[in-house]
Amino acid sequence: MDAIILQILNGLDKGSAYALIALGLTLIFGTLGVVNFAHGALFMIGAFCTVILNKLLSLEMVTKSATETTPWGTPVEVHTPYVVMWFGKVGETMIDYSVFWSILFAIPVMLIIGIAMERGLIKFFYKRPHADQILVTFGLAIVLQEIIKQIFGANPIPQPAPDAFVGSIDIGALIGLGANTVVYPIWRLVYFLFAAVIIAGVFAFLRFTTFGMVVRAGMADRETVGLLGINIDRRFTAMFGLAAVVTGLAGVMYTPILSPNYHMGMDFLVLCFVVVVVGGMGSLAGAVAAGFLLGVLQSFASMPEVKEFLFGFSIDQVIIYLVAVVILLTRPRGLMGRKGIMET
Amino acid sequence: MLKTTDNKDRLMMIVFTVAVLAAPVILAPFGAGYPDLMQRFAIYGIFAIGFNLLFGLTGYLSFGHAAFLGVGSYAAVWMLKLLSVNIIPAIIFAVVISGLFALLIGYVSLRRSGIYFAILTLAFAQMSYNLAYSVLTPITNGETGLQMDLGDPRILDAATAPGQLPPPSLFGLEMGDTHYLSFMGLDLQFNVGFYVCAAILILMFYISLRIFRSPFGMLLRAIKSNQTRLNFTGVHTRPYALVVFVISGMYAGLAGALLVCMDPLAGPERMQWTASGEVVLMTIMGGAGTLIGPVLGACIIKYFENIFSRVNDVIVGNWFSGLPDSVGDFLSAIVSPFLGSGWQMSLGLIFMLVIIFLPGGLMEGVTRLLGWLGRLFRSRNNDDDADAPQSRKPPPDQRSSRPASPKES
Repeated sequence: MDAIILQILNGLDKGSAYALIALGLTLIFGTLGVVNFAHGALFMIGAFCTVILNKLLSLEMVTKSATETTPWGTPVEVHTPYVVMWFGKVGETMIDYSVFWSILFAIPVMLIIGIAMERGLIKFFYKRPHADQILVTFGLAIVLQEIIKQIFGANPIPQPAPDAFVGSIDIGALIGLGANTVVYPIWRLVYFLFAAVIIAGVFAFLRFTTFGMVVRAGMADRETVGLLGINIDRRFTAMFGLAAVVTGLAGVMYTPILSPNYHMGMDFLVLCFVVVVVGGMGSLAGAVAAGFLLGVLQSFASMPEVKEFLFGFSIDQVIIYLVAVVILLTRPRGLMGRKGIMET
Repeated sequence: MLKTTDNKDRLMMIVFTVAVLAAPVILAPFGAGYPDLMQRFAIYGIFAIGFNLLFGLTGYLSFGHAAFLGVGSYAAVWMLKLLSVNIIPAIIFAVVISGLFALLIGYVSLRRSGIYFAILTLAFAQMSYNLAYSVLTPITNGETGLQMDLGDPRILDAATAPGQLPPPSLFGLEMGDTHYLSFMGLDLQFNVGFYVCAAILILMFYISLRIFRSPFGMLLRAIKSNQTRLNFTGVHTRPYALVVFVISGMYAGLAGALLVCMDPLAGPERMQWTASGEVVLMTIMGGAGTLIGPVLGACIIKYFENIFSRVNDVIVGNWFSGLPDSVGDFLSAIVSPFLGSGWQMSLGLIFMLVIIFLPGGLMEGVTRLLGWLGRLFRSRNNDDDADAPQSRKPPPDQRSSRPASPKES
């Protein structure tokens, strides 16, 4: 029992990332009808927003200590970040909580990148064949990835979680399964809650605001909405920006779990495509559900018992693809897919 | 009508054969006339021809073609390890295995078309990569890559050269053998491995030509232009698509096997998504759906990859050494991210530029240029040509200004 709960919890954080990225993909896909192969790059850029802000906050001044000396007799160098110099204790907390500050930092950055991407490139591809859309975003993904590689190098850059969230909590004791049976890192719990809030926010935005209503109408019948005198293109551009923000934030908060590196975007993107296909293309709820489902499934597949059962082959790397095959053979439109979406 | 196309094809075949066989002479002035690079031209030419059979004819965009290349490579290495260093069984085994693999993947992926198909093939390729990288380490030797080993059984020829690893060969002709010749100041290198690849390339080109001209090829093109209509006329399209998918996978497997025959090493990075993207780029750059385009695209991409990735900061610095220091530093700071290890970035940029400006590839560019030149030529000769064809686009006022700016082309 406790092992099962632990695996479900383990799957949730990865599932949250899948769900957020797949949600962004589906938002773009549902509104603009474009499959964005550069979406993984947005996730990666979000993660690197954290790296940039952390670097900026910890810019430091190096002074020579007046009293202490190193064993070689030279004065000890004291590194003081500027924010600590200026704000004292508050500055230290700022550095400690840089991941949260990065959220504020990433929102405008991702919004700008998303809108620039749509207006600058993808706009010109609505009338072109799907293959061209796929290929041009694929090229863009390579370029963005390589730019990040040029700037930050090929090695992962570890990002610490805030001190208050380092460590684990004993969920087993909380729900009465006995101490130390289900121990779970706090940050992953935070990530899950964060993802839940974002997903709920996006759904609420689409459901309860006039803007969201117009967008949903546009998704159903773009032409009619345009005929009613609504500038649907502008709203779809905004949705692209929103999708970029959602994906970027998924990347920002994921940094303490996985050290950002330049190819993390594509690694996640391929899985998220599978998630979208399993969930049913164009279905927001399907994307989120399939994201969590496959995340949990993946974590179950990495259990030692499963590995033993399969004669020592660890299938956690491929389980998602196998499930996708089974789903496609039995339900070709995915779990919640509707008829007529992208079937040409 | 049929007769003339036949003659055209024959001419193209002859020109292609001569050009490929004379490649060491043709490529030497460009600094590309050495065996390693020419082998890669031929091998990736085969790979691109195979990809073009699928994408160019049916319009199904497979984003996981490198998986078949990788499977072919692994199969070929295993054959070299188990049976003999003769490349024939390795190639045959690789083609069969990659064909079977393509059958499996194609059967599942071809249930959907369009974007779904691209995503599915990408996912399968990534799955194969993961399998080769970690899960199936006993078969693939994981990250290190699979290579020949002194302890290999090599049932047929283990006794011939005890104590050392023999290179892959074709009945005694070693792939690495090169005949050097100096001709008009050029160092010509005639390599056995290259000529093996070249012979296979020519054969594969011929097969692709036959497929293009056959009723089967016609049907595949019909799938591309209007699949629904084809279904309504009572043609079940999926088996046809599956057949061409398998053929295309076998081409890729053959290319993988040849890569191994030239250099007996197979690693998982051959299956990565960038590798799949590269073959798509080659085909589109040359011109998808044309016969000669993919080979051309493969040569161009491999040539620039080779040149770009060998340039390092020192060489870039030398380029600008004549300029003042600050200007030189500035220029090399701009240029160097695109060269050396940054070749991938140039690849991505070329990719985007080709898709944006020249979606029909180089072949379309050449056709457009020829058409434009033809119009220009005609309009110059007889300006008052009354029954000019409708396709003559430029209005009279522009036409007179055109010849003044020939550099536009």
